[in-house]
Amino acid sequence: MRVALKKHWQRALDARWLVPCLLVGGLVLTFAIAHFGLLNNYVQLVLIYVGINIILATSLNLVNGYMGEFSLAHAGFMAVGAYSSALLSMKVLPVAAHPALFHLAVLAGGLVTALLGLLVALPSFKVRGDYLAIVTLAFLMIVKSALENIDAIGGPRGISGIPRLTTLPWVFCWTVALLWLIRNFVYSCYGRGVLAIREDEIASDLMSVDTRRVKVLAFMLSAFCAGIAGALFAHLLQFISPRVFDVVKTTEILIMVYLGGIASIGGSILGAALYTLLLELLRPSTVAGLLSWLPAVVFDPLNDYFIRHLGVLRMIIMPLALVLVMLFWPRGILGLREFRGFIPRRDRRAHGAARLKGTDTHDAADSHSTRET
Amino acid sequence: MTQPGVYWLQQILNALQLGSIYALIALGYSMVYGILTMINFAHGDVFMVGAFICFLAATLLKLPFVLTLLITMTASAGLGVLIERLAYKPLRNAPRVSAIITALGVGLFLENLTLAFYPYPQHVPPLLHNVTWQLGGVALSSLQLIVISLSLTLMLVLDYVVRRTPVGVAMRAISWDKTSVPLMGVPVNLIISITFAIGAGLAGAAGTMYSLAYPVIDPYMGIMVGWKAFIAAVVGGIGTIRGAVIGAFILGGVEIMVVALLPSTYRDLVVFSLLLTLIVIRPHGILGSPRVQKV
Amino acid sequence: MTLLTATKVRHCFGGLCALADFNLELHQGELMGIIGPNGAGKTTVFNLITGVYRATEGSIRYRGAELVGLTPHQITARRIARTFQNIRLFRDLSVLDNVRIAHYSQTRYSPLEALLHLGRYRREEQRIIDDSRGLLAIFKLEHLAGETARNLPYGSQRRLEIARALAIGPELLLLDEPAAGMNPAEIDQLMELICGIRRQFELTILLIEHQMKLVMGICERIKVLDFGETLAEGSPEVIQNDPWVMEAYLGGGAVG
Repeated sequence: MRVALKKHWQRALDARWLVPCLLVGGLVLTFAIAHFGLLNNYVQLVLIYVGINIILATSLNLVNGYMGEFSLAHAGFMAVGAYSSALLSMKVLPVAAHPALFHLAVLAGGLVTALLGLLVALPSFKVRGDYLAIVTLAFLMIVKSALENIDAIGGPRGISGIPRLTTLPWVFCWTVALLWLIRNFVYSCYGRGVLAIREDEIASDLMSVDTRRVKVLAFMLSAFCAGIAGALFAHLLQFISPRVFDVVKTTEILIMVYLGGIASIGGSILGAALYTLLLELLRPSTVAGLLSWLPAVVFDPLNDYFIRHLGVLRMIIMPLALVLVMLFWPRGILGLREFRGFIPRRDRRAHGAARLKGTDTHDAADSHSTRET
Repeated sequence: MTQPGVYWLQQILNALQLGSIYALIALGYSMVYGILTMINFAHGDVFMVGAFICFLAATLLKLPFVLTLLITMTASAGLGVLIERLAYKPLRNAPRVSAIITALGVGLFLENLTLAFYPYPQHVPPLLHNVTWQLGGVALSSLQLIVISLSLTLMLVLDYVVRRTPVGVAMRAISWDKTSVPLMGVPVNLIISITFAIGAGLAGAAGTMYSLAYPVIDPYMGIMVGWKAFIAAVVGGIGTIRGAVIGAFILGGVEIMVVALLPSTYRDLVVFSLLLTLIVIRPHGILGSPRVQKV
Repeated sequence: MTLLTATKVRHCFGGLCALADFNLELHQGELMGIIGPNGAGKTTVFNLITGVYRATEGSIRYRGAELVGLTPHQITARRIARTFQNIRLFRDLSVLDNVRIAHYSQTRYSPLEALLHLGRYRREEQRIIDDSRGLLAIFKLEHLAGETARNLPYGSQRRLEIARALAIGPELLLLDEPAAGMNPAEIDQLMELICGIRRQFELTILLIEHQMKLVMGICERIKVLDFGETLAEGSPEVIQNDPWVMEAYLGGGAVG
């Protein structure tokens, strides 16, 4: 019975129409939500954050999970994207007259950041592992200090009055587009080169992989996506300052990546959504609202001793949850595994033979989310 | 002595003070890295907790300085061992990065837990009576001298322990070869715990020194100081004891000099640019030796 | 025709010379073996040819072009492939991906085509998959295509390493102790396999080996190294009867 059910599930998940259907459905739904106000502004805001965080986590996963380096530069990339797009949309492009130009600003923010990604990739030719972590940390700090010391862009006060143009449907579109790019990259010879570098850099060089080129491409793509996330973030918050993009922000993204699982796009989506939603759900007001149906006898003491303190408690619960996840799933919840729908059919078929012949034990363990690579 | 000379002498003292605090923390990073090749990102927060233990000992128990220092070091050492046993030991055979992320999680946990009790910065009462001598224009404060000399003493003791005692030999052996050393009858788990205890104890000492020198403490102070100490360890060559100390004093010196010469907002910019250059030129730090990958 | 020539190659780590005045001439289609005690500098020869190390002195020419100074992937792209003494597979990747990665230098699509999965991408990917599966079939690994490399038994891992090297499309194959850790029956199979792929892919093979059975069985020419210097060179019969070699390496005729 269970086996039959599983087969059924697998067939549904394997279906060619599943992912396109989800995408179209999501697009229609997000447009409807924004247009008809189906959800209140707060929930929409949370969903937008989920989208931006998914972009950030997936793009960091490319360098940290797939390539196996430990980059701490992500908040710096975000900052560059945020600043350059904000300046463009405020000073250069007539965004007020033509809101569609906003996307040009976002794209430009991403491209500028990609160039910077190229710069960060250069030391990675020579420096690896923990030392590369330091290089990227230094890069992050330099970006932050540089922004603090340029008065023309507000110095430590930052930029305020950025037009609010980031909306739920557009975040959905950008997220889907960027995830598609990253997924395409991962399932190409360059993506396999990235994986090979994680496994054994010298051996991959000897197997004809141009490791420098692959590293540059991976860093640039990762930075590009982070820059776009930063641009969307700036046009949501309407105010940015160097302090927003410090090492704590990087830590947050790292947590999402490793919570969800390394080398997995599905994992990054899961990690970003879990982290963002849990932090929001655990707010005292949200929990009180959710539990308000309880009788006063139960609710009042609960409220006094637990719910009211959640503002502090949730910040303690989250890291504890992270540590527990790491103890039970050292590679993250979906580490090294992938949601089947994301794997190109060609790849799935090519790996197929193992499924026909007896490796059942291995297979049953991660049946509908196997990447095997 | 001329005026600029006096000024610089003063700055050198400040640099030594800052450098010795960095050094005490950097040692913990370096020792743990040496033995487990793991970056213990919670270490900066152990330093922070140390400062708060010192604060508690001084305000609630009103203990004299020496007792405060001892209690802080012991309690921090205990915390270090606890973290190691609960969070890191189960991950010893997991991918390296899982342990690093766990360390980040433990660090966040310590920060936010402390924040729950002390949402606002706390002022540590003076633990010692401060005397300032004027020597030819240089203000010699007894606090500064105590911070510097105590830190140096601790470092010398550590250097002796690692070089001369059986525990130190075992530590170096484990960092050299993790697979065969247990076969020689070395109690690896015990030695690793001792390493964490020493590292965390030194971080506790650093917390006390910090409270002496800069008496305002807050739950997030460990982040930046921790990262900087880590950088010091890397600059010196992570995994080496002497490298960590050298790196820390260089970092302290550079920071103080930049603040003396440029607007203080340039401090991080200059420090990190220097760091970047150094790493690219000498990827293994000043005293570190490159690990040759065999093919 | 001469495929590879090494002239007066010297390589030193600090003060210690792992290889001194090394000369080698390898003809197209030849199967040559290098033997010698541990530490004789055999693997160093491979590392110098493939660009892992840069020769301190001397020149290595492949089809007339200088190899010294090129990076490993540039050299590999010239169709020189190798295996490793201690197996170096991409352990967490699938068997198929291990082989597909080695197709990198022959993949003809740009990063942009890869990002958009357009243009030459589809055709090339299908070609790489077909190619890889074909190679796996030769090595009887096709049914394991989706298995993670680390889960394979030792012998299969050794075979996969050779399959991966062949994915580069080599003319020259360097095998570093292919028979290490194998029992006599497995060595017989390996000898057959090496001869088979040599014919099928028209390979020139240079191999390092301790197993005399394999070396004497299939090599046409043998070079003996000790302490970085060439002791002797010649056909298996000549080497087996060279008194100098017998004393220095075979230990008084203990051919194993």
